[in-house]
Amino acid sequence: DDGTKVFTNVTNEGPVFVYVKDGRIVRVEPLKLSPEDPESWTIEARGRRFSPPRKALVPSYVLAERARVYSPKRVLYPMKRVDFDPNKKDRKAENRGKSEYERITWDEALDILEQEITRMHKTYGPGAIGTTSSSHHSWGVIGYRLSSYFRFIDILGVTYADHNPDSWEGALWGSVHMYGFNWGVGVPEQNDLLTDALQNTDMIVLWSADPETTLGTYAGYETNPWRQWLKELGVKFVIIDPFYNYTAVNFADKWIAPKPGTDTALAAAIAYVWIKEGTYDKWFVENRTVGFDKFSDYIMGKEDGTPKTPEWAEKITGVPAREIRALAREWARKRTMLGYGSRPGMGSAGRSAYGHEWARYMVALQAMQGVGKPGVNWWSTSAGSPNTHNVPEDSNPYGFFFPGYGDGGISGDTTNTGAARILPRGFVRIPVSDRVNQPGGQHVLRLLLPEAIMNPPVEWRGKGFNTISIESQFKKYKYPEDGYSEIRMFWRYGAAYIGTMTDTNRWVRMYRSPKLEFVVNQNPWFEGEAKFADLVLPACTSFERWDIGEFSNISGQSVESVQFVNHRIIALQMKAIEPLGESRADYDIFAMVAKRLGFYEKYTEGGMTLLDWVRRFYEKSDLSKYISWEEFKRRGYFVVPVKKRPITPALRWFYEGRRRDTVGAGPAGGGVMGMPDGTGLGTQSGKIEFEANSLKRFDPNDPERPPVPHYIPAWEGPDTPHAKKYPLQLMSPHARYSFHTQYDAKDTWIDEIPEHRRRGPDGYLYRVIRVNPVDAGPRGIKDGDLVKVYNDRGTVICIAEVTERIRPGTVHCYQASAAYDPMGEPGESPDRGGVINLLTPHRFLSKNADGMAPSSAMVEVERWEGS
Amino acid sequence: MTRYGMVIDVSKCNACYNCVSACKDEFWGNDYPPYSKAQPKFGQQWVRVDRKERGHFPFIDVSYMPVLCQMCKDPPCAKAAKDGAVYVREDGIVMIDPEKSKGQKQIVDACPYGAIYWNEELQIPQKCTFCAHRVDKGLLPRCVDACPTGAMLFGDIDDPNSEVGRIARSNGEPYRSETTKVLYVGKPEAYEPKPGVGPGVLYIDLYRMTKMFIAGSVALKDSDDLVDGASVSLLSGGREISKTSTDGFGQFKFDALEPGKYTVVVEHPGYRALRMDVEVSESTYLGYLFLEKQ
Ligand SMILES: Nc1nc2c(c(=O)[nH]1)N[C@H]1C(S)=C(S)[C@@H](COP(=O)(O)OP(=O)(O)OC[C@H]3O[C@@H](n4cnc5c(=O)[nH]c(N)nc54)[C@H](O)[C@@H]3O)O[C@H]1N2
Ligand SMILES: Nc1nc2c(c(=O)[nH]1)N[C@H]1C(S)=C(S)[C@@H](COP(=O)(O)OP(=O)(O)OC[C@H]3O[C@@H](n4cnc5c(=O)[nH]c(N)nc54)[C@H](O)[C@@H]3O)O[C@H]1N2
Ligand code: SF4
Ligand code: SF4
Ligand code: SF4
Ligand SMILES: [Ca+2]
Ligand SMILES: [Ca+2]
Ligand SMILES: [Mo+4]
Repeated sequence: DDGTKVFTNVTNEGPVFVYVKDGRIVRVEPLKLSPEDPESWTIEARGRRFSPPRKALVPSYVLAERARVYSPKRVLYPMKRVDFDPNKKDRKAENRGKSEYERITWDEALDILEQEITRMHKTYGPGAIGTTSSSHHSWGVIGYRLSSYFRFIDILGVTYADHNPDSWEGALWGSVHMYGFNWGVGVPEQNDLLTDALQNTDMIVLWSADPETTLGTYAGYETNPWRQWLKELGVKFVIIDPFYNYTAVNFADKWIAPKPGTDTALAAAIAYVWIKEGTYDKWFVENRTVGFDKFSDYIMGKEDGTPKTPEWAEKITGVPAREIRALAREWARKRTMLGYGSRPGMGSAGRSAYGHEWARYMVALQAMQGVGKPGVNWWSTSAGSPNTHNVPEDSNPYGFFFPGYGDGGISGDTTNTGAARILPRGFVRIPVSDRVNQPGGQHVLRLLLPEAIMNPPVEWRGKGFNTISIESQFKKYKYPEDGYSEIRMFWRYGAAYIGTMTDTNRWVRMYRSPKLEFVVNQNPWFEGEAKFADLVLPACTSFERWDIGEFSNISGQSVESVQFVNHRIIALQMKAIEPLGESRADYDIFAMVAKRLGFYEKYTEGGMTLLDWVRRFYEKSDLSKYISWEEFKRRGYFVVPVKKRPITPALRWFYEGRRRDTVGAGPAGGGVMGMPDGTGLGTQSGKIEFEANSLKRFDPNDPERPPVPHYIPAWEGPDTPHAKKYPLQLMSPHARYSFHTQYDAKDTWIDEIPEHRRRGPDGYLYRVIRVNPVDAGPRGIKDGDLVKVYNDRGTVICIAEVTERIRPGTVHCYQASAAYDPMGEPGESPDRGGVINLLTPHRFLSKNADGMAPSSAMVEVERWEGS
Repeated sequence: MTRYGMVIDVSKCNACYNCVSACKDEFWGNDYPPYSKAQPKFGQQWVRVDRKERGHFPFIDVSYMPVLCQMCKDPPCAKAAKDGAVYVREDGIVMIDPEKSKGQKQIVDACPYGAIYWNEELQIPQKCTFCAHRVDKGLLPRCVDACPTGAMLFGDIDDPNSEVGRIARSNGEPYRSETTKVLYVGKPEAYEPKPGVGPGVLYIDLYRMTKMFIAGSVALKDSDDLVDGASVSLLSGGREISKTSTDGFGQFKFDALEPGKYTVVVEHPGYRALRMDVEVSESTYLGYLFLEKQ
């Protein structure tokens, strides 16, 4: 009515309406369904009917998108470090992180890129160009990193810094050896578990899980109503977490707070009570598992002379034995769902020293209670709605396929993405693959990138998420690979790693190493690693470019992720405004570089624009059977109808000994993977393996990861030498009020949320660290005081919140600060930005499990008087 | 006559801060004459989220509640205003006139809820407007629209058939909302740090923020096991005011209490009853109460 236009878009946490007036975004609201949109599903349970609210339940930071788009921190023009001269041999690497920047034109930027890329190929050969993205990205299947960025680097030929399975370290290096599900990075199938829980469950144990904070990864608060319905039905919630987390606030009937890293001992004591009192599902253990006798020998002390009694566990965990006994008896008495991590397989407890042992105990406990029977499963209240399956309608009448980001978008790279799902359907006409970033080529583990650059060679096991098979994680790799060049140029796509990797002063030192002759950074905001680049390329946000995406649709290794939300909502991500300044969509940046390097036609499949790709993905998906392009472009979004389909709860087939009837990757039967008749899991025996055959094949005598899961004290914890100087355990879980770094320190009102950042006396917005009064008192620390948090790895300045919500002896500070802000020499001085990952160890879970373990960190905290 | 009001369920608030963020998005850089001038990006939260921690490790609870202008029936801010700088609309919405209120800093301190902020740059007092510019067009306030848990309900509190009207008049019987699809249980009450202002915002389960609890865990001395189903009663002035039984972790909790002297009596078949006098000034967890065999 007043000239305001309404567009649609999809963020990492849900779809939105975007209001634009006179070329300026004036409002971003949660998308709401209209009466014409299809009916929502209804679940009948215990005499009641449950149906979800008809709007996208996005979080606080999605409502701050406008302030992020117009943030003064945006990179608006290509920029060059003033003391970087591409025509000089001395690149002044030691000044990275300190020098100023100057604006340059896109032509000058492309000249530098063309010259350096050509020089790398000619002077050093394949492998010289290193690159990596972050684990995450803005939403949209065309612009996503596995799509536009992968298509570009695959054609270019690069040494890719492969990602460790950060979200699922415990499950990938542990649980898969007991129950398979390697194709899901250790996450067990979740089909229809909301229906099963509402109808059958009595109690839910959330162990190192906080769904009210971690939002089902990409699903916003969609599952909050689910937890309210469960509470309404009288289901009890037990929260096992050293921090009284945000799910506890509304739902905890019981809070149990073990010392971080001691959860495995707590779990072993629960198993002890069940075996001693005979309160486990003996039939299931007998018929659906192997190796229980060896497991029982360890638990009851036959193997090592130490029965894992509640009294034994009390000394380790700090949880009284009588509480452990009560928990074990409640769990045995009631039909219990176990959520280990915000989706089973996740959890900071698994991102810690020997985290694979904790994850395996989570598998063991539910195996002892007959997992798969009504109401008993692995489930964190964050998956399993009765939405239509994300499989092609022509292969399953209850399906409706739209690609998720995991399907690799326009890359078609079947090695490094789930592109095999979409290639046969014509989404990508010229699929690409990288002749360097292959298992037979050269890649490097990102956790070791600083060591690889500064001090090669390095060795490790596994490539990426290791989903192809259980055994793929055993394979050893080295860098540099025979016949390939070391990395000399580093193109960083994204800028988060000082905030999200571990022991990150190493990354600062890496950037300042002359071994890196040329560093490029491509990011929408001038923050983090962007401040260490020689050349900064301004990427625009997803409000300034075209794309298309579906709410919480991962696909790839998580086929059922469309069942983490209440409605399947596919929306056009409309270009609402022109890119600010001279920022560009990443696809267009790559296309410009491709043109200079002679592969524009191949990269763009003959000149396709972003909107052309959006149109093709609309056409090749099931969307085009339901709504015309014109109507879809007019409305902006489409809600997939709920197809009344049979309810097939996860693992019910396995419990009942039937062929698998759940939609998902699953073991295809035949050969080693599961039973040929399709009734088994993806393990050698097809059963749950208390004694893992795969680990017996690999190394039956690995004390750090034995075939039978053991409690192994952390290599950095309250009982190790570190504790003398650094007595407090540091927890650094995922940030509640941002998606990792993506909404932090961008000059938005998010930074004034006092549980995220608080203003110090100097007006600076410091990250909050939570300290129990028992620890704060003797250190003279009061609520609101600035404190120095430190160990041998670094020093970070935070603002203290003195609270009973964190157990004594432990402090809590969210990871993923976007604002590395050294007060002196980068890499060697205190950081004011709250980058707590400067303090976390970069040691792996264990000798042969090359994952990140940031949760095992010891620190000291002191009042900080300033400079 | 329409009187716009809100019902807020403290037990549903999870401190997501959507209300704060949505309000910022609606008003930052956006004037809505004649009702309001733009809200600055920092320094003001026309709805804020208060937090209350009760008890001590390892037995605590934490609650949050949004606090915005309560649209008082008898608004102290209006009394402090001059030249009609504050007026009350027919629908009960209390408005600060962004022109007439220029320079009137005294209005800020008149609000017992701390819901008015001083805009230094524009030299005007500012506060929540119940999104009058949206409500006039039949839209929900942005905070209510963005609240993902159903903690905030908005409507005509004088209409017995509106959701807020029905809940405001209820005695706390369970009510499932057709819009938020979740259940509301508990009699709403006014939050009145300064009595008599007649707020148009009512809170369910306000006790979590304003009252105290007495809790404990009952265990058996002989087995050291926590007791499921022991009966526990709470006496005040010799009179039993509440009775409950312990859960599977031996826990009991009496809530919505005022500070003062109480007696806790624990009984369990086969064990001697346990009486414990306790004087409390804040929420208190008594720890483990051990029952001796008969
Ligand atoms: N201590 C501790 N550390 C942890 C964890 C923990 O539990 N504890 N968890 C780990 C886990 S599970 C994860 S997943 C990682 C996450 O760590 P990251 O994935 O590194 O975190 P993000 O902030 O999501 O990184 C996204 C980056 O991409 C950039 N970006 C986003 N969209 C675009 C775009 O469209 N174009 C361009 N050019 N750039 C874009 C963003 O600006 C940002 O720099 O953190 C890990 N680190
Ligand atoms: N808002 C928001 N949501 C997110 C993300 C985000 O950055 N912000 N990141 C997304 C991503 S990539 C992932 S992988 C998931 C992560 O999902 P998770 O891995 O489940 O999340 P975490 O925060 O690592 O841990 C969950 C809980 O474990 C507790 N915890 C930490 N250490 C221990 C321990 O040693 N023992 C026990 N018992 N508990 C412990 C923490 O207090 C926290 O409440 O979240 C996703 N969702
Ligand atoms: S939006 Fe709702 S749940 Fe979130 S903080 Fe505000 S009132 Fe509480
Ligand atoms: S709450 Fe404060 S600002 Fe609102 S009407 Fe009452 S006195 Fe005025
Ligand atoms: S009603 Fe409107 S002005 Fe008031 S707090 Fe909510 S969003 Fe802000
Ligand atoms: Ca059970
Ligand atoms: Ca209630
Ligand atoms: Mo992750």
